[in-house]
Amino acid sequence: MDMPKDRKYSIDHEWVIVEGDEATIGITEYAQDALGEVVYVDLPDEGESFAVGDTFGEVESVKSVSELFMPVSGEVIAINDSLADAPETINDDCYGDGWMIRVRIENESGLADLLDAEAYLASIDE
Amino acid sequence: MSDTLIRTPLYDEHVALGARMVDFAGFEMPVQYGGILEEHLATRESVGIFDVSHMAEFRISGEGAFDFLNTMLSNEVNKIVDIGAAQYTLLLNDAGCIIDDLIVYNTGLEFLIISNASNRFQDWNWLYEHKPDNVEMFDETDRTGLIAVQGPKALGVLKQIFGPSWEPPHRFHIEPATIDGKIDVLVARTGYTGEDGVEIIVHKDDVVALWRMLLSFPEVSPVGLGARDTLRLEMGYSLYGSDMDITRDPISAGLGWACPKSKEGYTGCEALKAIRETGPSVRLVHLLVENGIPRHGYSVLHEGKEIGTVGSGSHSPSLGKGMATAYVPAEFAEPGTELEIQIRKRTVSATVVKPPFLVK
Repeated sequence: MDMPKDRKYSIDHEWVIVEGDEATIGITEYAQDALGEVVYVDLPDEGESFAVGDTFGEVESVKSVSELFMPVSGEVIAINDSLADAPETINDDCYGDGWMIRVRIENESGLADLLDAEAYLASIDE
Repeated sequence: MSDTLIRTPLYDEHVALGARMVDFAGFEMPVQYGGILEEHLATRESVGIFDVSHMAEFRISGEGAFDFLNTMLSNEVNKIVDIGAAQYTLLLNDAGCIIDDLIVYNTGLEFLIISNASNRFQDWNWLYEHKPDNVEMFDETDRTGLIAVQGPKALGVLKQIFGPSWEPPHRFHIEPATIDGKIDVLVARTGYTGEDGVEIIVHKDDVVALWRMLLSFPEVSPVGLGARDTLRLEMGYSLYGSDMDITRDPISAGLGWACPKSKEGYTGCEALKAIRETGPSVRLVHLLVENGIPRHGYSVLHEGKEIGTVGSGSHSPSLGKGMATAYVPAEFAEPGTELEIQIRKRTVSATVVKPPFLVK
């Protein structure tokens, strides 16, 4: 399975790229594959704040719904608007154009719990 | 997955194709092979084949068969006295509520009923209890396989299988056919997707050969129950268990057309007359949703107050919108009525539309 090493992963199948005090968040290859063809994404508004573990949105395939959980705590500073019209981008390029939100990290909570690629891969193999 | 689930003769084929298998009405059935969207669009644009061998088949024969069915079924059985004719009809109880919806075919030798898998024993028992001595019933389900072949290119593929001289039966008709002089089948020009196509009834020993033969054509894709559901819902076709059940009557369910007013003397007829006179208190409506996917069990609201729950709900792959059915008080059933659906934490607007969702 495709597993970029330039980022961290949550056990809830989100990926996170941390650059300074900003984090970009999306879902993993494993998550998009389990969902099947994504047809709808519900993302928060810019300016909303979330704590680690909060639900920040939902992603739906034809047959199932999955909540999106915050891997870090912070304020949403950007959302990927293009997903509203092209939710299938999440299937096509979950680690790139299928990113979901960018947040300003408010504190360190959650960061230490994130897994590297190898540990995440091990967690989904269990 | 329980090991008591029944497998159709095509089970190994599904597994070999990488299908995701689920429990459906006690059968271990493919919900999807590749993806639901892809399979849905393959059926709309080319040909999809579906294993529907789990559906129940009863043969009804004998001197009294016509009178018996005319008494037991809501639709006018005299419209299928011609050999090969078929009809959508309902099995009602004395209260006028729906035991099942089914298709009855006149094969010439007997009447053949195809009903929902989940209602096989209930239907059988109800019919058997009411059967006079001059009627014979035989449950054919375990002896047959059933493959639906649906899509705009379906008849072209079938012509290559049955031979250039083969002509498809007329719509809502059934005819025997033979493949390579070896495999005898019954071909019915019926289906559940809104596409042209047929359903092929074949002996269980021959169903794998037919399935493989169909899949050898590049324009044919295997399609699972997931896309079967989105295809039928786009067309506004009702599904037993979601859009109707033993607590609902055909008038509320929008199936009054399968119970002609002119027909007398069938089970449930008197109860329906009473419902027709007063008008049903609730009606099944079709709801189009722009911004979200309604799912079974979600609340339907009017000005914030719950007035019903979603029966069938899904994403329409052809329209890229959400679609749902729900029973609501009759005053909200008019097309154009604005309602809301509670999609988890969000309340989204939904418009009552006249089915089908997809106008072809």
